[in-house]
Order: sequence, then C-alpha cells, then structure tokens
Amino acid sequence: MFRKQECVAMLLAGGQGSRLYALTRRIAKPAVPYGGKYRIIDFPLSNCVNSGIETVGVLTQYQPLELNDYIGSGQPWDLDRMGAGVHVLPPYQRNKGADWYKGTANAIYQNIDFIERYDPEYVLVLSGDHIYKMDYSKMLAAHKEKGAACTIAVLDVPKEEASRFGILNTREDDSIYEFDEKPAVPKSTLASMGIYIFTWDKLRQYLIADEKNPASKNDFGKNVLPAMLDAGESMFAYRFEGYWKDVGTIDSLWEANLDLLNPKIQLDLADPDWKIYSRNPCMPPHYLAPGSEVQNSYIAEGGSISGKVEASVIFAGVTIEEGSEVVDSILMPGTVVRKGALVQYAILAENCDIGENAIVGESPEQCQDLTKWGVAVVASGVRVGAGARVQAKAMVEKDVEEQEEVGAHA
Amino acid sequence: MRNCAAVGLIFANMHDEAVRECTAVRSMGSLLFGGRYRLIDFVLSNMVNAGITKVGVITKTNNQSLMDHLGSGKAWDLSRKNAGLYFLPSYNSDDALYQGRLSSLAEVIPFLRRSKEDYVILSDCHMVSSIDYAPMLQAHIENEADVTVACCRGAVPHLTDIPVMQLNEEGRVTDLLIGRLSDDEATYGVGIYIVRKDWLIRVASEAAARNLQHFERDILQKHLHEFYIQGYVVPELMLPIYSLESYFRANLSMLDGEVRQQLFPKSRPVYTKLRDCTSVRYGLHAHVTNSLVADGAKVDGTVKNCVLFRGVNVSRDAVLENCVVMQDVTITGQCALTNVVADKNAVFREGCVLHGTDSYPVYIAKNAIV
Repeated sequence: MFRKQECVAMLLAGGQGSRLYALTRRIAKPAVPYGGKYRIIDFPLSNCVNSGIETVGVLTQYQPLELNDYIGSGQPWDLDRMGAGVHVLPPYQRNKGADWYKGTANAIYQNIDFIERYDPEYVLVLSGDHIYKMDYSKMLAAHKEKGAACTIAVLDVPKEEASRFGILNTREDDSIYEFDEKPAVPKSTLASMGIYIFTWDKLRQYLIADEKNPASKNDFGKNVLPAMLDAGESMFAYRFEGYWKDVGTIDSLWEANLDLLNPKIQLDLADPDWKIYSRNPCMPPHYLAPGSEVQNSYIAEGGSISGKVEASVIFAGVTIEEGSEVVDSILMPGTVVRKGALVQYAILAENCDIGENAIVGESPEQCQDLTKWGVAVVASGVRVGAGARVQAKAMVEKDVEEQEEVGAHA
Repeated sequence: MRNCAAVGLIFANMHDEAVRECTAVRSMGSLLFGGRYRLIDFVLSNMVNAGITKVGVITKTNNQSLMDHLGSGKAWDLSRKNAGLYFLPSYNSDDALYQGRLSSLAEVIPFLRRSKEDYVILSDCHMVSSIDYAPMLQAHIENEADVTVACCRGAVPHLTDIPVMQLNEEGRVTDLLIGRLSDDEATYGVGIYIVRKDWLIRVASEAAARNLQHFERDILQKHLHEFYIQGYVVPELMLPIYSLESYFRANLSMLDGEVRQQLFPKSRPVYTKLRDCTSVRYGLHAHVTNSLVADGAKVDGTVKNCVLFRGVNVSRDAVLENCVVMQDVTITGQCALTNVVADKNAVFREGCVLHGTDSYPVYIAKNAIV
C-alpha cells in the first residue's frame, strides 16, 4: 500500500506568522502569496519534488482552510502519487484525549505513525516561511556521508547580521559544538536555515524522550536539538550557497518580492531545471491599455493595467485604472487601484479596493523621520475610500472612509 | 449539482485546410489563440461549463500537438472516473484527404452507444466563442427537433461545406445552400449541432451503408423537409477563423475590452493546459500599450497593439506593432515587425525588419529562424 521511502519530508505549516499581522489574519503564513503567482509553500514543495522526495506531510493548525484548498490533491506539484504524495496532517483526537500541536517537535511526534508507514531511513524537516531553491538530495548525501544523526542547513551571513539569526558554532569539519540563538557577540556566521535532516531512528528516540519531559516546550530549536547535542550525537552543518530569505516580517516579505526584480539576486524562477510549481488561476492574459506605462515589474494573468507601474509585483486579476500609479509595491490577487490613486512602498493583500485619488504608503524620501518609515499594508478585502491617505508603516485592517487619514498606529 | 443530458463530440480536424499555414503542423483544434489558448479550449470549456461530463474528440491527422495539449483532460476537469475525455482517432486511414463528418460519426457509434446521455452536442473548433449551450439544448428538447443548427448572421466565412440557411418565423430551417454565394450578410451554420443520440446513430449507420460522407450535404440539405431541422441563432459573440487573415484579425480583436468580456465572462471561465512559468517580466526599457501579454513572457522592448503568447521574449530595442506572436518566440534587438503572425518557437535575429499589411499579415512558420 505505502511505498517505502528513503526520506520523508515534514513541512511545518501550522504557525500563525504573527509578524505578518494583517496578512495572516485569515490564512496561515505558508499560504501568503509571493512573487506574482506563487505562495510561500510552493518553494519547499517544489524543492521536495525537484529533489526527488515523493512523500511530504504538511502539518497544519492555524487557519488551515485556504492552505488545505491550495494543496488539494498535490497535483500542481506532481505530488498526487500512488502510495506516496502530499498529505495534510492537522492535529487530531485520539482515545486518550486531544492536543493541539504544542510545538514543532510535538507536531512531528504526533505524526510518528504517518512517518512509519513509509519506513524511512531519514526525515527532512522544513518550514513554510522561506523563499529559496535548494536541492535537498545533496544535503541528504552529505548527511549520509558523515553518518550524522542530524544535519542542519546553514547560510553564511554577513557578520553584522549574524546576531539576528540562530547561529551554529562548528569545528573545522563542520560538526556542531554549540547553538547560539541570536547572540550579541556571534562566534560564527553560520545561520540556521530551519532545514533539518534527521536519521529517523535517532529522531524518533529523541521525540519520545522529549514528549516525556514535562519541562520541555516540545520545540526543535529550544529542546530537541540541544538535547541531541548534549547527548553527544553527531550533528553537522550543511553549507548552502544561494538565495535564501525568511519572509516572516512585512519588510522581509516586501523585500523578497522586490528581490525578484533585482538582476544581481540569484533567484531565477524561470529556470526550466528547477521550476517552482504553483496552483494557477484560470484567467486570460493580462491587458495593458493604451497609455499604460509598465517598467521593471512582474505582472500575472487576468489583470488590466491602464496606469503606471514601476518596480512592483502584481498578482493575478489586478486592475490598475488610468491616471493611477503603483511604485515599489506588491499587489495581491484581485485588488483594484482606482483612477488617480497612488500606491507606493505598500503591500495590498487580496481583493483590496483603493479609491480614486487615494494615497497609500510613502516613499522614504518623503518621510521626515526615517524611524517612522516602513511599508504600508492593507489587509485583504479592505476598501480605502476616495481621497483617503494611508501613511507609511500603517497596517489597515478595516475600511478607510473617504478623505480619512490613517497613521502607523491606527 | 451539475448534470447535462448531452454528450459532447468535438471535430478537431474540421476545416484544417482553412488556415493552411498554421495547420501544416497541427490540427485546427490545436491552433494557438488569444495568448494562451488553443481553439479547442473554447469548445471544451463551453461544454464543461454547460455541465457536460463526457466529451469525445474526433481526430484524423496531425494530432500530436492536440494529444499533447489535452493530456488526460485534467485541466478541463475531464479526467474523471465516470465519463471524462475520450480520444476518438480515426481508424479509417485509407482516405487521408478531406472526409465529411458522417464517416467520422459512423466510426464513433460504439462511443455513442455506451453513453447514457440522450442528446449529442457536435462542435467544430473554428468559431471562437463563449457559448452557453443550455438554452440551445433546452430549445432543442422543447421543439422536439431532429437537428438544431447553431447559426450566426453576418458575412459568410470562406469555408467549404458551410451551410447558408433561411429560417422561418419559428426558426425552422426552410432552405439550405452549401457554400458562400456572395459577400452579402446571411445566416450561416457555425459547425455546432444538437441532435438526439438515437437519431444520430441511425443516420450515421445508414449513411455508412450508403457511403454518404457529408453531413451538411447528404443529410441536412437532402432531407431538409423530411427531418425537422431547427435553427438557433447564437446570441453570444463569435469570431470565425477561416483564413490566416481572419485568424490575425480575431486575435487582435481581443484587444477590445468588450470582446474580452464576451469571450471570458466571469461565470464561464476558459480552461487550458497549465504551464508552469513565471508572471510576465517587464524590463526597464519596456514600453507596452494596448496589448495582451501571457505568462512567462519577458518584455523589454516596444510593443503596440499585439497579442504575445506564453514565454515570448522581446528584447530591448525591438519594436512590434499589430503582431500575433505565438508561444516561445524570441525577438532580439533592433527587430521591427509590423502585421506579423509568428508561429511557435520562431526566432527573429538581430535587425530583422518585416512589414505585412492589415489584410495580408506576414506569416513566419513554427521553429523558423529569421
């Protein structure tokens, strides 16, 4: 019935992504749209398929409806497989009661039965909040070669940024001797990417032990990995080179989208050898009207553009009316920007309606106090009235009246 | 709950000869259209949107691109446990030349017998339209007609075997001529018919026994007063494709918002084969107006009044006006193209200058290097 798999992937997709605020009100973070036609989860799922991994468990908990719908049978990623494929795994009730997933490790613990159906040697643990292209099979090969119990993918980050990350301190052979979570004075520049490969026998043993420990938070980073290190298990860092971005905050999500327009950044979504798959909307090609001006942007299907668009990422079915201007912004599916409106340095979520002559966002140059500057966000389905003004860094979750002004702390 | 009393039958090769340039390597059904579609997508989507769950595609020659496009039928929701998409390739290969509809129909009688639906909707692929079949089928059932012929009023397209009809006040066909007579407006058949299944099986078997081949000539015209043949004037917009020029014109007419609204109503999406590519990337030097651009295209040049299909690449300093540029065509710098139809994968090298006219576009063949 189930095909034996050498490696099963477990994708942690249950987190709320609270630092994306308005964007994750109704959807889980991995379902947040990215790059014109993708969602964040397309990246780990496509990486799995392209790396030859055929079985993926997606652990969901927070606002799963849209994510479940999106994954569906897994067909867009070629993960609708016989005796394998993608499986959505929400927490469930058992005869001795029911639990939510208490932590990342507990989520895997609760699905030991799922993993064991495939009798794997290795388990790959992924999270749904990073944009990157990575061949997990190379990482697995390194894991096998070293005979490690656990391999953690790391990125060499600039020294001045290292204190923002979970840092791994390693010996010369890349074996890990210490974890350092957001160190004030980093000893190394190897940042954990939140991608782990475990030898399943070992992980199973530590998950069971962790579950028995009432003091544990049942978290990989806080509990399971330190426990393994303390016990002297062989743990290695696997160095990754290439583009990788955590899109857990508004600013990083905005940057990661605009990174696509930067020719210096190595994230080629059009590479035929490593495609990023997604579930496609069914829409005609987009239309650029006479008088439209579109430069240095990505525009998806179904839209109709009559205004000016510059350095922006426009998703499917977006309407930008004449005389309006969209600059340095991300417009998610179905959003409408009406005549004469100006949208700059902003993220507009799905199906927003920006009224005539409204202004959303400010450019850094316009801001007198740069500490108050930031990307403006309009949550899905929100109407911004005609002539209204949404300031930099504002987070708009309810409709804005005509001519109203919304500041950063509204 | 979606249920339709009809099974669909699509003639993918009908009128292959009409757009000879483009159908040298493909069937009429797999002719690319509107940036990301093939002609058969409109017919299939209309059928699926009408609740039809069983569709047979009759093909004869040049069907590789069609088979590749349709695959399992998944993209049209026709990869089904019960019913779904059926390929019905002709097994009668001794006559490679044009054959009429009847000989194909005789070959698919077993398919029809196995279908539980009482009615059959037959359709060719040369009319681009978003038709709602429901009122046509309902009228057919209420009238208890033998055949309901979908028709359209306008200048008659140059197509062989096109029925030109006269309808009486009740819409019944009272006279039927085959072929275009003049430039005058007339009511002509658009290659869509609704019939009762048992009637079709009887007529097709008899025709096979008598070696009759032309449905329009040998059945409709010859038995006009014997059968009850009803006309149905299609209220939706239809774009006829019957020559390279009409193909060119139909594509460019999609730049009209009204036309797009009629072809892509919200309630009836047009489905097509998926292709995993990025959104359209516009470069720093892009200058694009009044154009339709499909996914995966990269545009850094000047584009005016064009339809660009998926994966087209327009370099900086290239200038395109009134062009229909099919999938994966590459247009490099300093090219100037006006009124050009460029078929799939064509490559325009540095400095190409090509100018067609409104009524006589230049056609560049598939895989050509200019």
